[in-house]
Amino acid sequence: MSKSKLKIAFYWAASCGGCEIAVLDINEKILDVVQIADIVFWPVAMDIKYKDVEAMSDKYIDVCFFNGGIRNSEQEHLAKLLRQKSKLLVAYGACAHLGGVPGLANVANRKEVFEKVYATTFSTANPDNITPKPTVHVKEGELDIPEFYDTVRTLDQVVAVDYYVPGCPPAVERTLFAVDVIAKGELPPKGSVLAPLKSVCDECPRKKENKKITKIYRTYEKAPEPERCLLEQGIVCMGPATRGGCGARCLNADMPCTGCGGPCPNSPEQGAAMISALASILGLEEEKEKYTQEEVESLISQIKDPLGTFYMYALPASILRRKVVKE
Amino acid sequence: MSKNNGFKPKIIGFLCNWCSYAGADLAGVSRIQYPPNIRIIRVMCSGRIDPAFILEAFKDGADGVLVAGCHLPSDCHYLTGNFKASRRVALLRKVLKEFGIEPERVRLEWVSASEGDRFAAIVRDMVEQIRKLGPSPLKNMEAKA
Repeated sequence: MSKSKLKIAFYWAASCGGCEIAVLDINEKILDVVQIADIVFWPVAMDIKYKDVEAMSDKYIDVCFFNGGIRNSEQEHLAKLLRQKSKLLVAYGACAHLGGVPGLANVANRKEVFEKVYATTFSTANPDNITPKPTVHVKEGELDIPEFYDTVRTLDQVVAVDYYVPGCPPAVERTLFAVDVIAKGELPPKGSVLAPLKSVCDECPRKKENKKITKIYRTYEKAPEPERCLLEQGIVCMGPATRGGCGARCLNADMPCTGCGGPCPNSPEQGAAMISALASILGLEEEKEKYTQEEVESLISQIKDPLGTFYMYALPASILRRKVVKE
Repeated sequence: MSKNNGFKPKIIGFLCNWCSYAGADLAGVSRIQYPPNIRIIRVMCSGRIDPAFILEAFKDGADGVLVAGCHLPSDCHYLTGNFKASRRVALLRKVLKEFGIEPERVRLEWVSASEGDRFAAIVRDMVEQIRKLGPSPLKNMEAKA
């Protein structure tokens, strides 16, 4: 070994753990990674304490892959700490990049989330209405747990982020691409998303016929024809509003894109881009003279949960970031 | 209601070049009175209004957004821009409601180049409507944050 090895860290914040597994999805290529890199911090796999990270000198870590959004004080602390200790901070996966599925909690605040989780769900028995408090007094003294925030934030809303690896979880080819450009030192300008510029449709093998749709189906309501565009079959597919780089793997499995790759660079508000695309394909103008606003409304009312569909992964990264909650 | 005394709504108006902007122009040259609460942005077509523009307007402090274009079904200079606008706004309204913003704050109207008085009436009506709704709920939230 002539060259010194890269020092790599992995951390998880508000995420499901799928990104940790995605790291291992690169299979035997992980051996190549270990050839060029030492893993210095990885809570899911290694026993290294936070104080060990605090003891590292600044910029000690070469690359930190950070997955998960920021929804409590522990995650915020670690984001700031790892930023300080890392030369490159990479937002890995949809949650760190855009807030991800946990970011959908931004339609509520802490009070509402606690109410649902600790009081009103069917399987909950909590007669004393106990909810997590940051500080608790017990007879041995005071105990602290991280403070739960009202709003889920993306990693770059808390600290500066150098690169983004999109996906929920990132596709194998995206992870390999990121490792490859880092290892070779051929990195694009800072702030880049390490994915192609075009949408999922660009990679999708399905045929588009520029057909308008007049009925919308949920995925369980219809077995899609195998080779035609799902959107043109009336199944809401986020492909046109979503950045590619995944090889359209959901579309290849007969499932619509749900948007995990985040927005395309030329249309950074993903939900708005999908509203535009969907509005263009909803067809009524063949019957121009008969077009009424009521018909539009009834067509649109077939879309269940529009916010959850159009912003499944990108709510915290959207223009409004969260629902307005009136106190 | 007292808290809304002195509230001057800020309304962003996206008007299409071919019909509605000309209609607003006619209202002006005809000296038709309407409240000064609207800030007009001319666009080539109501179909050019990306829903992101409307979201951005709310984020930047608008209390209401007016989108105006050519009459349905066949006045649109680009044939179908107004149809697309009507579906976009309808879809956006549903999403806005889920964001906690009253959908009535976004209004879509058709104004032709000869309808200066109609344009003025719409603005008068909309200002009154937004005044009743009160300031945008986003402002309240930012003040707290």
